[in-house]
Amino acid sequence: MKNNAIIANSKDNVATVVQELKMGDALKINGANGSINFEVTQDVPCFHKVALVDIQKGEEIVKYGEVIGAALEDIKKGQHVHVHNVESKRGRGDKK
Amino acid sequence: MKVKGFKRENGTYGIRNHLVILPASVCASETAIRISNLVPGSVALPHQHGCCQIGDDLRLTIDTLIGLGKNPNVGAVLVVGLGCEGVQPSEVVEEISKTGKRVEKVIIQETGGTLGAIQEGARIAAEMARELSQQERVEFDISELVLALECGGSDPTSGIASNPSAGAASDLLIEHGGSSILSETTELIGAEHLLAKRCVDESVSNKLLKIVQDTEDRAIAMGTDLRSGQPTPGNKEGGLTTIEEKSLGCIYKAGMSPVVGVLGYAEQVRETKGLYVMDTPGQDIDSITGMLAGGAQIVVFTTGRGTPTGAPIAPVIKVTGNTLTYNKMKMNMDINAGRIIDGEATIEEIGKEIFDEMIKVANGKKTKAESLGHKEFGIYKIGTTF
Repeated sequence: MKNNAIIANSKDNVATVVQELKMGDALKINGANGSINFEVTQDVPCFHKVALVDIQKGEEIVKYGEVIGAALEDIKKGQHVHVHNVESKRGRGDKK
Repeated sequence: MKVKGFKRENGTYGIRNHLVILPASVCASETAIRISNLVPGSVALPHQHGCCQIGDDLRLTIDTLIGLGKNPNVGAVLVVGLGCEGVQPSEVVEEISKTGKRVEKVIIQETGGTLGAIQEGARIAAEMARELSQQERVEFDISELVLALECGGSDPTSGIASNPSAGAASDLLIEHGGSSILSETTELIGAEHLLAKRCVDESVSNKLLKIVQDTEDRAIAMGTDLRSGQPTPGNKEGGLTTIEEKSLGCIYKAGMSPVVGVLGYAEQVRETKGLYVMDTPGQDIDSITGMLAGGAQIVVFTTGRGTPTGAPIAPVIKVTGNTLTYNKMKMNMDINAGRIIDGEATIEEIGKEIFDEMIKVANGKKTKAESLGHKEFGIYKIGTTF
């Protein structure tokens, strides 16, 4: 079974898919920390991110083991994680 | 490890032997291009700056022009001035001449206007070209090399494949006694705490944190979300969501080496060898110019989306982490690090491949950007023009 996503760091709550996944496709990762296999619930373009767990609104999004932003809304496991549901916490002149 | 290049009078080594036609200002840029057109092998660096600038912004333009002239890849320089501009050609000539290389000037207002300046300029430049053509490559140690690290048109493959590979190549060069420059301060926002831990002492880490803070403050002062410009629309389409994500991927270019110093834009790399961070913008072209003005002779440029960018006075090795991009833009991509994601190669293997390519390119092999004549050029601006 070929992996179709990468988890950059074991602390991450998102994975990066390395091929386009359609709603209902299985996200498959066999790694050092065990294997993951669940259905994505939305279409995810190649190299975009998928939630590995349920993430609550305001919760931090973690990739590379570091914070890359915060959830703008509740994100369910298997959903596409991107600009529509994540905001940056840095350089926010609009929030001054 | 040895490579062959061009020895300069001040003991530095170039891997190219460029004859640069350097306009002091926007007003002299067209004339510089025309002189260059008459002298095969020369390269003009036209730009929009050099007049009606003040303070640090003016200083930055002057330092950039001087730094480019001093770059070891440049064998001789003809400075073209209008005569009345803010960047005084005589200062540029004087500073570049401290390297010992031949540098002369032609002033449009003093040589009878366009045609007089072109005639006089082309006469001098052609003479310089003949002189440079007689210089042969000599052996030197790769510890004399300064590598400029750049990324552009990033996507999530950059942080997974191409940037870690570039980092491995940078670490190899530093192990061999050379230096590297990580740039693009905007793309340190969100990752600066990790780099700060790698600084050799507290003064370096404080300086690093300060340039990032200053950049973020400038963005915030604009009163808008940085995300309206960074990540770029293409970054976002590719899957990068925030500047933090882009930055965390970006810093992999710097490998694992400790940070020995933080440089201002166009500031010369110091005697101490190792990894430097230069305060440049995230815009690729201006960023590369800053590092070339700082003394870098070679550029490794990683990309996800693909970009044709070259540089006028240094070879640019293009590495993509995205196999689709490699196949779409093969004529522009030197190395496919996408093989890491495809499961066909490791980061260490691609890192070694980049390093080996750097050696070949240092010895004279043309990169794809060079072979296509790419010489994108721009100078960073930090103030308004008056």
